[in-house]
Amino acid sequence: MTPAFYILAALTLAGGLAAVLLRNVVHCALAVSVAFAGLALLFLNLDAQFAGFAQILIYVGAVAILVVFAILLTRSSEEGSGRVFSNRWLAGLVIAAAVFAVLGWAVLHSTSALPAETAAPAVNVHDIGTALMGRYVLPLEIVALLLTAALIGAVIVALHEREGAK
Amino acid sequence: MTPLTGYLLVAALLFAIGLAGALTRRNAILVLIGIELMLNAANLNLIAFWRYGPHPEALTGLMFAVFSIAVAAAEAAVGLGLVISIYRHTKTVEVDEINRMKG
Repeated sequence: MTPAFYILAALTLAGGLAAVLLRNVVHCALAVSVAFAGLALLFLNLDAQFAGFAQILIYVGAVAILVVFAILLTRSSEEGSGRVFSNRWLAGLVIAAAVFAVLGWAVLHSTSALPAETAAPAVNVHDIGTALMGRYVLPLEIVALLLTAALIGAVIVALHEREGAK
Repeated sequence: MTPLTGYLLVAALLFAIGLAGALTRRNAILVLIGIELMLNAANLNLIAFWRYGPHPEALTGLMFAVFSIAVAAAEAAVGLGLVISIYRHTKTVEVDEINRMKG
């Protein structure tokens, strides 16, 4: 356990907590991008460079911007008063705490057969590209199809329908 | 505590935070943010197991996480498109006020 891990874990969890707890929706979007960046740094800390930079590009770059656009288009940031949490927030909190208790218990009580410290795997982008074009070519094509369908679907769903609207 | 245990605990805590956000917030966009946090916690688990598991050179966990990031991006695009569409119909994004199936 290195100090870098503790710092990054604290940053990520603080970003996640702020994203869930803050009142202003725009502040929540900023906090969640901090959490995404912290996760990307955790990936880099785990020697997964490709996943870390993909996380920065996709989450900090695209998803956070998309969230901000959605907030601005739905004018969620304007309503200052009003409740932030739903009526049954206590039930949600209890469920989340129970899930964390079960997960934490399982993690702490499972006798790990894995070695505590292993050498960092030497993986470069060339290996990942070869694997994507070889063993993982079918999932890659399916993801390409899924992304195309999602792009078209998102545009169609969010398209302003004049003649159909009341 | 081994490093793997630490990463798994951080991922479990992040998952719980995301679940609490998705279950308790009223704004639909923040429900989506909670779901994104849960997906990211799962990705952290995958990468931690890839790093500390046997045969990291097989790239299985890393590839799983990369594909999961791509699917999560598609999910975010469609989800936010749905939120914008719902807002256009009902003029609200509070999930407990969206209680009609008729548009």
